[in-house]
Amino acid sequence: MKQIVVISGKGGTGKSVLTASFAALAKNKVMADCDVDAADLHLLLHPSVKERHEFKSGKTAKLDKKLCNRCGKCAVICRFDAIHDDLSIDPVSCEGCGLCSLICPVGAITMKENIAGEWFVSDTKYGPFVHAKLGIAEENSGKLVAKVRQVSKEIAEKKGLNFVIIDGPPGIGCPVIASIAGVDRALIVTEPTLSGLHDAKRVAEVCAHFKVPARLVINKYDLNEDISGEIGLYCADNNIELVGKIPFDRSVVEALVRGRTAVEDASEKVRSAIKDIWQKISI
Amino acid sequence: MIISVASGKGGTGKTTIAVNLALSLSNIQLLDCDVEEPNAHIFLKPKIKEKIPAFIPIPEVDETKCNACGKCREVCAYHAIAVIPPADGEKGKVLIFPHLCHGCGACSLLCPQKAIKEVNKEIGLVESGDSGDIKFVHGRLNVGEIMAPPLIRQVQERIDPSRTVIIDAPPGTSCPVIAAVKKSDYCILVTEPTPFGLNDLILAVEVLKKLNIPFGVVVNRSDIGDDKVDNYCRDNGIPILMRIPFDREIALLYSRGIPMVQGKPEYKEKFRAMFNIIRKGRS
Repeated sequence: MKQIVVISGKGGTGKSVLTASFAALAKNKVMADCDVDAADLHLLLHPSVKERHEFKSGKTAKLDKKLCNRCGKCAVICRFDAIHDDLSIDPVSCEGCGLCSLICPVGAITMKENIAGEWFVSDTKYGPFVHAKLGIAEENSGKLVAKVRQVSKEIAEKKGLNFVIIDGPPGIGCPVIASIAGVDRALIVTEPTLSGLHDAKRVAEVCAHFKVPARLVINKYDLNEDISGEIGLYCADNNIELVGKIPFDRSVVEALVRGRTAVEDASEKVRSAIKDIWQKISI
Repeated sequence: MIISVASGKGGTGKTTIAVNLALSLSNIQLLDCDVEEPNAHIFLKPKIKEKIPAFIPIPEVDETKCNACGKCREVCAYHAIAVIPPADGEKGKVLIFPHLCHGCGACSLLCPQKAIKEVNKEIGLVESGDSGDIKFVHGRLNVGEIMAPPLIRQVQERIDPSRTVIIDAPPGTSCPVIAAVKKSDYCILVTEPTPFGLNDLILAVEVLKKLNIPFGVVVNRSDIGDDKVDNYCRDNGIPILMRIPFDREIALLYSRGIPMVQGKPEYKEKFRAMFNIIRKGRS
């Protein structure tokens, strides 16, 4: 069984469009959406939810005003600006360390368990799909990613599937690192812009740092062929295989608007480019 | 006045809006708070005058004082501390996992032996300088680091209240976004008229409502996709501040790191008009 993650550094380069196409192409796989704070893959996979679970993670400080003697020690020690001057607690800023509750001399602060989101196991016409929804303005997206990863891997092992295909988040921080940890290969999707190149380099460095083998795709490569060439050189210099180039084509957005994957519904040249990419990364 | 630019979905044009708004106005400070993948510098090419390493405090144990009592492990909400108890005449030992540490200070404050002090761990850089008349600050998270919010807070310590401050936020809806937009007086949400754009716009709107920050929407590539973003904004009384149609010329300028108001100066007036709408909305 192979775990393949699709990441990008920069957002909006086409991770979910490509991942959804892999769902249509790959046989015997489970799909996992690890972009838990702006999950989009469900819009193309049209899941019917079979299991729904609360994601409990972390705690939030809660003040009992009747017990509080207004000494203000909590506000002095809090490093997350979560306790205001009037000693009210801002649950959005609270990172759940619990120090305030430990030092409060009158026991007025308790730590309440947080429901930080939900995760789902679904059926789709492409096979099983594990996805999640982080609660609004919640933390611990990395832990929710780890949960989605764990559940999808268990499904793959139980059913003897060949692939776990993971739609990753943008960026290089906590949820990205949780998405790539221990995968067999990462596919970096970028675009031929200086921003796309800058961000792809950063996320490729993260892959190297965690010893995850990376390959790369240039999406909309014909929007600037000079920069596409530069990206190709960067790949050659850094031992990253360039596995494909997808042309810019309005039919990709039109497929998306119809709720269909690009590989099933976009123009022939886009479809054959994507099929070629899957061929190269699945072996 | 502090205006943040956020989006939910990545790659919708946050940096384009932030940079070109900055270039269309005077007396501006621009903070790039997308510390995982900062891009504004690619367009503004600031002369960096100051580079300051950003730190988070992590615990360091003085083994001569530590008696392996386990209090530090007990108070650490993030499982960043393990304790090996004394056995077979061997002294016990405390292990610290710096990547899990949030720097709350509970262990050092509550250690009965006063055996823990905090030392600085570098997580990235805060760089500041000038781009023409624009004051520029950004953060760059080190590769392999997970903690974006503390670096974002350190970028925001540079806010100059004598200027109009524009904050380029990261994508998503979780802790780094909250840290970036929290202090703003107004937030511009950039989206595109696709199912992904709409799905993530709705999530971002919920975050801003929770934070009580007024907001409006910019629809980028407004002629590619469908009219569901427009309908959503109309039905929910959300102002559409500006529409930018898809234009290969704009895409090409972007790809080369050239701000669109330099290639298409007629947009300056549109950005000023948008700023006036935002300013009037507040007074």
